[in-house]
Amino acid sequence: MWRIRVFEERVGVLKRADEVYGLIHLSIGGEGVAGAVCSQLRDDDPAYTGHRGHGHAIAKGAPLQRVMAELMGRSDGLCRGFGGSMHLVDSEHGLMGATGVVGGNIPLALGSALAARLRGSDAVAVVFFGDGAVQAGHFNESVNLAALWALPVILVCENNGMAEFTARAEHSVIERVSDVVAPYGVTRETVDGNDVAAVWEVFARFLAAARGGAGPFLLECLTYRLRGHYEGDPTQYREAIAAEEWQQRDPILRLARLAAAQGWFGEEQAQAAQSDARAEVEAAVAFARASPFPEPALLEALVYAQ
Amino acid sequence: MSETTYVKAVNAALAAAMRDDQRVFVMGEDVAEGGPYTATAGLAEEFGRERVRNTPISEGAICGVAIGAAQSGLRPVLEIMFIDFITLALDQLVNQAAKAHSMSGGQLSVPLVLRTQGGAGQRGGAQHSQSLEAWLTHVPGLKVVMPSNAADAAGLLASAIADPNPVVFVENKALYFKREELDEHPPAVPIGHAATRRSGGDVTIVAMSRMVGEALAAAALLASEGVEAEVIDPRTLVPLDLETIVRSVERTGRLVVAHEAVAFGGFGAEIAAEVGTAAFDSLDAPIERVGAPFAPIPLSPPLEDAYLPGAAEIHAAALATLGRLPAR
Repeated sequence: MWRIRVFEERVGVLKRADEVYGLIHLSIGGEGVAGAVCSQLRDDDPAYTGHRGHGHAIAKGAPLQRVMAELMGRSDGLCRGFGGSMHLVDSEHGLMGATGVVGGNIPLALGSALAARLRGSDAVAVVFFGDGAVQAGHFNESVNLAALWALPVILVCENNGMAEFTARAEHSVIERVSDVVAPYGVTRETVDGNDVAAVWEVFARFLAAARGGAGPFLLECLTYRLRGHYEGDPTQYREAIAAEEWQQRDPILRLARLAAAQGWFGEEQAQAAQSDARAEVEAAVAFARASPFPEPALLEALVYAQ
Repeated sequence: MSETTYVKAVNAALAAAMRDDQRVFVMGEDVAEGGPYTATAGLAEEFGRERVRNTPISEGAICGVAIGAAQSGLRPVLEIMFIDFITLALDQLVNQAAKAHSMSGGQLSVPLVLRTQGGAGQRGGAQHSQSLEAWLTHVPGLKVVMPSNAADAAGLLASAIADPNPVVFVENKALYFKREELDEHPPAVPIGHAATRRSGGDVTIVAMSRMVGEALAAAALLASEGVEAEVIDPRTLVPLDLETIVRSVERTGRLVVAHEAVAFGGFGAEIAAEVGTAAFDSLDAPIERVGAPFAPIPLSPPLEDAYLPGAAEIHAAALATLGRLPAR
């Protein structure tokens, strides 16, 4: 999670220096969900994310340096510079898509779940989306279909209470996403998304059941978007959270406190994880800066698969 | 050779592909019941309802499911019952399927076939009769196929299913039940190759889907008037076999492009522009385009008949390229 946090903080700085391109949406403050979910997945478990997907890609196994190169539009990027921040794909590690159209990734995950079932595999599909996607037609069509076909898919909703610039209350009369899927009989749970241990525990349970062929599941993680909708968003629509309050809610610090209390790992190891992450991120920046931009000849060569 | 129909040829090609390749499966609204035109009749009985999957009326989600399944190694054949309903699936088709290969730097591929049908003349009204293929030809990453007869429907469907890219396969409901002769095992027809349906040296007529038959009828009438028309069926709009069309125009010096879709902004405009550039020096007359008027398709039979272009319009357009008026 430190790798995600440090990576994204660095990306924010690079964005202001115009070294990464396009719309950049950071997940700082919500890394706990990516960490708790992706660390339990296998490479053959297909995962889909959306526009705020750096954390999911890194947690799913995408090498930091290739994610950074992708954000910089370089030929050593995950997608050879053709995707960018909103379209990270790493098929080797099972990251099968990231969509910039909110909610568009949900039916894709159902398709991968269907493929797993028809091929006789116990792979489980996972899709990450925000509470803003829940009002999209794709979400509602997909929940109906996933329930109808009992697909082995886990829908992970990161409910940060904000859909772009406006609060959830302005988008829907239903506060909890888990309530939206209730009539379909989807197995569902709402957890504190900044409590890594809680997310881990519920997801582990859903994953085990899905491996056994059950589904679908919805895990609603209540979390917090520390940054604006995108880098450069002046966030005039809400007040900044107080630093002391954030110290209490920060998923990484909370996990570190829990780990110390439980004796899992101490302050020293937590510090080491952070400094290792900084070194790795700086190496990734150097790698990406050294990588050439892609050749224009690739433009038409990549339109169709051969 | 045995007697068949276009829709039976589609059905047989689907069954053959499913027998050959376990990865192929069919999904769509009512497909396990055969669908409204019997295109998938009998498939559920032979292959079971896991591989012939009825879906809810959720065009967006089912298109996305088919794309996800294709990305994960299967070969889905998705039916969108009427091309008019493809509007609901366009986000998935345009933003996901068409771009997945390029956007992922070549990591993903989407071997999806989206079968659908368009065409007017059945009193279907404005939302069950359209020809919307031109929209799809504007999207890099999609292939667009429009077979005009049973042999091509079978042969091109086999190629579309084998293709590693998303292919939109546009059938025409007015052709479905015409009787045709066809081999028991029709050969695959490669995507991207036009067919010359009739040879002639005076004017080239490029006609798509149902308009191929109309163009041949117009050509027969023209022949009785001493004009020999060459009729070319592109069969595939993307990729387009421009070379066959240009070679013909270089000989005839005249071109008529005919489709059932609205003429304005239709695919005929693209063919006209391409030929205008590639064969400008060969052209002896302005290129004529035949298509529907810029209006929604009406229900009332006399109005729909007046709306729908056919052999008479193609005949008149061919004569116009020769500087002649049709006899009254």
